[in-house]
Amino acid sequence: MTSTDISKGALFEYLLRLGDNCLVLGHRLGEWCAHGPELETEIALLNIGLDLTGQTRLLLSCAGEVEGEGRDEDALAYLRDAHQFRNLLLVEQPNGDFAMTVVRQFLYDAFHLEFYTRLQQSSDARLAAIAAKSVKEITYHLRYSAGWMVRLGDGTEESQGRMQVALDELWRYTGEMFEVDEIDQSIVAAGIGVDRAALKPLWDQRVDAVLTEATLTRPDDNGAAIGGISGIHSENLGHILTEMQFLQRAYPGATW
Amino acid sequence: MVAASAHLTDQKDTSARVWQVLKTVADPEIPVLTIVDLGMARDVRVDGDEVVVAITPSYTGCPAMDTIEADILSALRDQGFDHARVETVLSPAWTTDWMSADGRRKLKEYGIAPPPEAGAAKKSLTGQATVVRCPQCGASETECISEFGSTACKALYRCTVCREPFDHFKCI
Repeated sequence: MTSTDISKGALFEYLLRLGDNCLVLGHRLGEWCAHGPELETEIALLNIGLDLTGQTRLLLSCAGEVEGEGRDEDALAYLRDAHQFRNLLLVEQPNGDFAMTVVRQFLYDAFHLEFYTRLQQSSDARLAAIAAKSVKEITYHLRYSAGWMVRLGDGTEESQGRMQVALDELWRYTGEMFEVDEIDQSIVAAGIGVDRAALKPLWDQRVDAVLTEATLTRPDDNGAAIGGISGIHSENLGHILTEMQFLQRAYPGATW
Repeated sequence: MVAASAHLTDQKDTSARVWQVLKTVADPEIPVLTIVDLGMARDVRVDGDEVVVAITPSYTGCPAMDTIEADILSALRDQGFDHARVETVLSPAWTTDWMSADGRRKLKEYGIAPPPEAGAAKKSLTGQATVVRCPQCGASETECISEFGSTACKALYRCTVCREPFDHFKCI
């Protein structure tokens, strides 16, 4: 099967899921601007945010082309409402303290790397190219977040305590990464997408190795909070959009 | 036949002239390097009077891409190429292995530790240790302060011999 055989709507939805994860997490990292615990850390978080924003531009531009309604990356980022966003709940969780940001980043990076490594084999040449480009950046992101997991987890009593709190708080949002629906199934069957459910053992292995080194306790899988990829979000996303979309909402078409 | 081969020669000649112009376009964030040194200029096509330059981003979020495109068009215009266009290609993905030897030398002289050598990118991305030499004193005893530096393409290091902090061009 080729990309022309699957429904345009399904592919558009799928691209939104990929693009919105990068957009929302990139925005969250951007919120650290001028608030980082130290200069190097802040620069690192913003650099990762910048990479994610770059990936967003490629993915949402691609989504706009597939949709064919004349919406470009900006229209998709700035002029959709919360229920039209398709990101995972994990990436919209608030920054909290640095521990919360690091744990959220690590849990996502470990998934992101496995996903994009396989997306390089997509039958859609555009997606394969975006993945090959992104995978190099994500490798750096994971190295950074895993490094901080270990440093803070296996750190002081204070840092370890905060890391465990963050891990316990965010764990419930990790299950959604591996929940697949009909859209996933059709895109995977067409050879375009990646089977997220199949990534779970790989993610587990990667995460467990780092948690062990970080002397952190893996929380129990007691029911996953899901809904983000079908547009059912926490109020957090609304708060993000209020800030992110303000300019285009208040001054439609503004450029500079 | 004669006309066709003359046309081909013209095209080759034009393409060579365009490459010469591209060798004068500096990277806005590391002005000591040109986009040719960096391996970001990928291809030149001549189609009638139109010149198409293909470039590839170093990083997906590289904020310098728009400036680079404008600089290419302006440099080409100055040399009489009025009908030029820049297109961005993603595949194959850019790697520091494409940086020219001359580019590596210029980078070191500028005070930025270059990516070690061609072929090092894969080693670095797969987590194998590579030696980053201090661009000031040449010592190999250096340590990474942060995987991320002042621009998307750089990391921050410190020399444990001369104590100077320095930028390292990340190896990807």
